[in-house]
Amino acid sequence: MLARGFADPVHDAQAAFRALLEATARPGTVVSLPQPDTPPPLPPAAAAIALALCDGDTPVWLDGRLASPPVRAWLRFHAASPIVADPGAATFAFACGVAAPFDALATGTDEAPERSATLVLLVEAFGTGCALRLSGPGIAGETVLRVAGLPNGFVSWRACNFALYPRGVDVILVSGTEAAALPRTTAVREG
Amino acid sequence: MSATPYNFAYLDEQTKREIRRALLKALAIPGHQVPFASREMPLARGWGTGGMQVTAAVIGRDDVLKVIDQGADDTTNAVSIRQFFTRVAGVRTTTRTEEATIIQTRHRIPETPLRPGQIMVYQVPQPEPLWRLEPSRAETRRLHALAEYGIMHVKLYEDIARHGRITLAYDYPVLVHGRYVMAPSPIPAFDNPKLHRSPAIHLFGAGREKRLYAVPPHTDVVSLAFEDHPFRPWKADAACMLCGATDSYLDEILIDDRGTRRFICSDTDWCERRRAKGKAA
Repeated sequence: MLARGFADPVHDAQAAFRALLEATARPGTVVSLPQPDTPPPLPPAAAAIALALCDGDTPVWLDGRLASPPVRAWLRFHAASPIVADPGAATFAFACGVAAPFDALATGTDEAPERSATLVLLVEAFGTGCALRLSGPGIAGETVLRVAGLPNGFVSWRACNFALYPRGVDVILVSGTEAAALPRTTAVREG
Repeated sequence: MSATPYNFAYLDEQTKREIRRALLKALAIPGHQVPFASREMPLARGWGTGGMQVTAAVIGRDDVLKVIDQGADDTTNAVSIRQFFTRVAGVRTTTRTEEATIIQTRHRIPETPLRPGQIMVYQVPQPEPLWRLEPSRAETRRLHALAEYGIMHVKLYEDIARHGRITLAYDYPVLVHGRYVMAPSPIPAFDNPKLHRSPAIHLFGAGREKRLYAVPPHTDVVSLAFEDHPFRPWKADAACMLCGATDSYLDEILIDDRGTRRFICSDTDWCERRRAKGKAA
């Protein structure tokens, strides 16, 4: 049977959005999202993002390991999002660590930089692992975000993405029921 | 919440999702105008429908809402919008700045310093800072894309050449995060410094013009000026006739039919609280 989604679609979507608004406004802040009923292997935070933000207007790209038939059916039913094979056509891309299609994602145009993809990237855990030093809008001075399970090449890809400003991909890292945002304005250094 | 035929906070979920996606992109590109669909609201465009749509997309059951119009909690526009959200969202409202989690505003930033966790929502009549200088939207989009703001600097220079100073007193253009020139909405230039590295989130909604934009916390917001003509926010050189404040933004009012003028604080909450603490003119 199809997993249910949010228990309270209106208020859970609002709570998820407010957490994501806070996360985007303060990059590096780890926020908790409401937990929807989710088909595996989609983690609850990624599912909450899909339910809160995706609909028929937002093509979605799914990593091969996430694109199980139950996930595709769940996403189609609850969000009515078209699931696309080309990551360049996606408004939201959901990717697991390795082999995320970083360079294929839409970065917007000079006149419409908002028409870029949002990459929802699954990681293992927050608060442990690789230390990312973050600075930019939303951060007073500098902050450190510790993330375990970032794919190889993520920091160097982020540096290229940062240099495209105002174009660029916005990233939301997710693990379990938690999320942290790295919008394109955030400078990311390792160490 | 009263029995109402509307969805929570009036807008349907699809509309809220579209606004929410636009707001997240707006925060990721500070000062850049993001188009949105802008629905009909149960009041005419030009009365704060952009701010109301932003508030409706953001607000939740636990929020405490404050609405001000030119600094006042008790004017028609502020009272109507506050009543609207009481009816369609059942949220708690307040006039106290520090109690509010969302402050919808027309043309002022409160005098009480904002804190983390607060969201300012601005009602914006004209989101395009270059509109008086370049009427074509296709052209202004290109100018923003190229960060080509020469015409704005020429306008400010011509002000100085003609009048000896920059004559803009409100909606004074700012440069956000060193990239986009932005209209801060018709707040007095006096309020511009409050946007610079503010701890709060600032969201701007222009309903008629169908644009949203945002300034995240701790973001550089610099009023445009020249080295030899630095930015000088203007304020009446007077004290509030009610609370005696000399450091708040003042409104000039006529108090009789012989043309006698006095000044009072534009921020009614600030003024009332000062008087409650025993401050008087």
